[in-house]
Amino acid sequence: MLNRQGRPSQAGEGASERHETFTGNRALQQIEPLIFEIGHHESTGVDIDKPAPFKNRLGKHARQGEIGLPGLSEPETMRHYVRLSQKNYGIDTGLFPLGSCTMKHNARLNEKVARLPGFSDVHPLQPVSTVPGALDVMLELAHYLMTLTGMPAVALSPKAGAHGEACGMMAIKAAIAAKGEGATRNVVLVPESAHGTNPATAALIGFSVKSVPARDDGTVAVEDVKALLGPDVAAIMLTNPNTCGIFEPQIVEIAAAMHEAGAYFYCDGANFNAIVGKARPGDLGVDAMHINLHKTFSTPHGGGGPGAGPVVLSERLAPYAPVPFIHVEGGKSRLVEHKADAPEGNDPFGRMTAFHGQMGMYVRALAYMLSHGSDGMKQASEDAVLNANYIRAGLADLMSLPFPDHPSMHEALFDDEWLKGTGVSTLDFAKAMIDEGYHPMTVYFPLVVHGAMLIEPTESESKASLDLFIATLRDLAIAAKGNDKSRFTAAPHHAPIRRLDETRAARQPVLKWEKPVPVKDAAE
Amino acid sequence: MRYLPLTETDREDMLARIGVPDVDALFSDVPNGKLLREPLDLPRAKGELEVERILGKLSAKNTAAGAVPFFVGAGAYKHHVPATVDHLIQRSEFLTSYTPYQPEIAQGTLQYLFEFQTQVAALTGMEVANASMYDGSTGTAEAVLMAHRVTRRRKAVLSGGLHPHYTQVVETLSEMASDEVVALKPDVRATEDILAAIDDSVSCVVVQSPDVFGNLRDLRPIADKAHAHGALLIAVFTEVVSLGAVTPPGAQDADIVVGEGQSIGNALNFGGPYVGLFAAKSKYIRQMPGRLCGETVDADGRRGFVLTLSTREQHIRRDKATSNICTNSGLCVLAFTIHMTLLGQAGLTRLAEVNHANAVKLADALAGVKGVEVVNESFFNEFTLKLSKPAAEVVEAMAAKGILAGVPASRLKPGAGLDDLLIVANTEVNTDEDRAAFARALTEVLA
Repeated sequence: MLNRQGRPSQAGEGASERHETFTGNRALQQIEPLIFEIGHHESTGVDIDKPAPFKNRLGKHARQGEIGLPGLSEPETMRHYVRLSQKNYGIDTGLFPLGSCTMKHNARLNEKVARLPGFSDVHPLQPVSTVPGALDVMLELAHYLMTLTGMPAVALSPKAGAHGEACGMMAIKAAIAAKGEGATRNVVLVPESAHGTNPATAALIGFSVKSVPARDDGTVAVEDVKALLGPDVAAIMLTNPNTCGIFEPQIVEIAAAMHEAGAYFYCDGANFNAIVGKARPGDLGVDAMHINLHKTFSTPHGGGGPGAGPVVLSERLAPYAPVPFIHVEGGKSRLVEHKADAPEGNDPFGRMTAFHGQMGMYVRALAYMLSHGSDGMKQASEDAVLNANYIRAGLADLMSLPFPDHPSMHEALFDDEWLKGTGVSTLDFAKAMIDEGYHPMTVYFPLVVHGAMLIEPTESESKASLDLFIATLRDLAIAAKGNDKSRFTAAPHHAPIRRLDETRAARQPVLKWEKPVPVKDAAE
Repeated sequence: MRYLPLTETDREDMLARIGVPDVDALFSDVPNGKLLREPLDLPRAKGELEVERILGKLSAKNTAAGAVPFFVGAGAYKHHVPATVDHLIQRSEFLTSYTPYQPEIAQGTLQYLFEFQTQVAALTGMEVANASMYDGSTGTAEAVLMAHRVTRRRKAVLSGGLHPHYTQVVETLSEMASDEVVALKPDVRATEDILAAIDDSVSCVVVQSPDVFGNLRDLRPIADKAHAHGALLIAVFTEVVSLGAVTPPGAQDADIVVGEGQSIGNALNFGGPYVGLFAAKSKYIRQMPGRLCGETVDADGRRGFVLTLSTREQHIRRDKATSNICTNSGLCVLAFTIHMTLLGQAGLTRLAEVNHANAVKLADALAGVKGVEVVNESFFNEFTLKLSKPAAEVVEAMAAKGILAGVPASRLKPGAGLDDLLIVANTEVNTDEDRAAFARALTEVLA
């Protein structure tokens, strides 16, 4: 059978002769078809009684015809998804040094408390009088975030980091408009090394983007920023510690220069985990910074979300925070859901999302904070930085460091200078790490470094784990330099699947399963 | 500290290997005087037992939906989620994985994203679906931006049946981007003349069905008029279970479909995390926001899945990207897709039938209460009551009697003359006893 694209539609077809087994399975690695290939339209894994006859009120809107969705019984469902899970690498599987992404341990206590019915089974629009504990969680989380960042306000509702960026930049835009400069201040400065979300966010809300060049030492220099400043500049979006893993040494001067020019300083807080309890953005002149609760405070990444991106705000931006928020006055807290209900002096710029944000993530992050305490959070930052520098020290003689003059913070950045002439690329090296049982580091980011390899071990790794990782990367580095090319260029050899043809996926997009058609029809 | 594996001896050995005297030497780039020496003024570390106690107390202060007769909807719905779902999404390999940037060791995530996209496309009747947005409201705002890119126009018309919070989210983003929004006034009885608002300057029309008041809307005439003027129809739903019973937007020629997927697989969570569903006609895929998972082959010709068409996305296109979205709703997607797999078409159709049957029973019971009018001609599992007293007061009085009766429309949009309207949802979790208690209490409160 072939599908419309004329490629195998049954898992295992076309590859069976390359396997030693009849099934194509390799013991624990099972080939698992799609639910559409194993389920049936009449099957279901739920038992729901048919209702007694009644007069329907759907009017002329009743659905006609099939939906076209298969169902699976409960045992089939369980087995399908367990088998899929076995094709995934997680933090619980092994070291996950994905730079900038902060893959630290996800405590199961946090999962447990987030599922308490008073948090998971409450509705965002049930009477406020029935959810005082939910408001307490939000206030407590806000207190921790404001204390850790040294900032006077926080907007909790953004749903992820990029959404937080949008929230912070909207607050800046509202503040600029309030000063009557909305028509003129429309340029946002973004360093070349920034996350792609920064320029995308600025553009999303109507700013134009100007690039700040990176210095040879991986930092942003205040002179370069000053050279771009003018009455048209609204803000700078600067990541700190930056995407090269370096604490921006001139951050205070840059903030001052922005303020002097009547502009704002948005800090991308994706790397806040390096400095929790060590430095406060509020002391550095930051006006707005999002915090990825799923990075710094370990609410799980879950294969790509859900995240949460609360934004701390300076005194100047606080009045523009979006609804909803909790207003505390005279010891009493009040949920403000509409502009018109905002207390005197507040001018919310609008609303980011339908409800109150990521409550499930708030509870997890708060559990993390309560567990660590102020001492544990400081220690976690120090250990994360220590671990990154330990890896750097263990590899610096074999792999090349683009910015040797600054200590690394929570992540160590290497380039591909050391691979020159070996025929092995950064991608090949990353894929060979998969064979050795590791998730690769972040590769080809930041863009300012050629063939970048960004390694973030986090504080969750033991010394023994780091030693083994360093030894493995040393073995691989020596092999790469020693003409053992095929180990890399054809890697991974031992993953559930080999290197995938991404070009083909983009050229002929197949974005959903289609019922296979016989070969002769497909050819017509 | 139980989460930190390094010992003091380890730390000393490691500092020696790095060649610095202490850990603060690694923070030497922090400007003078800005490095904190002492822990901040927050409580010290706590054991698991103590943390659980603190949060347990806070949780106990809230009234859980499952503990009372519960009829609150208006964008989020209480449904039964099979135990299998929560077990599976807590598997380490799903819970603790990242966005599948290394497809060879993320086929689990990628395959379920592909299954999810196929399910969403089938449910909505659309050609393609993406791998999720944050929620229905942010998805709606992104759909409007997408329509602007497709039509090269910058004016959106929003139906008065659109959830007022969704309207606000669209208005906020549009105002920032200097795009125009025409939001029609709240339309309780689905009688607005949205066709009159469509002309050649309009980029898109945004219509919700079932709408925020529960009315089912006929989308086809709106699609036809929009298309005649070169505009797109964006269809929105907040209750995905309705698609088991009503004509999907794809069958009514919608161009983009956005929905809240929370009802399937996901808990109420006081508003988040949820999962935004996003589908479109395939000719628009290159203008879609968010991640897309596609099928391909590996070096041995075996089928596999990868994230694809990423030249639309922020990490490649930066300020030219179709959206700034990065992290989305991965684990909520997984919960959705597992629950939908358990249901299948047979289970979903039955679930929808039970929801509708229960809502009809409740509407019939409440229509008999003095001071109550059911305003809807048609509805799925949610409808609106016109009450003889302000709904906000009624809801508080009902809560005092231990019944969470619904959402006063005035809470969603104050000052719009909606004070006597109560939006009531009824799903499979409500029993005949719940409905009888509702009718009894409402009779007392309105007396």
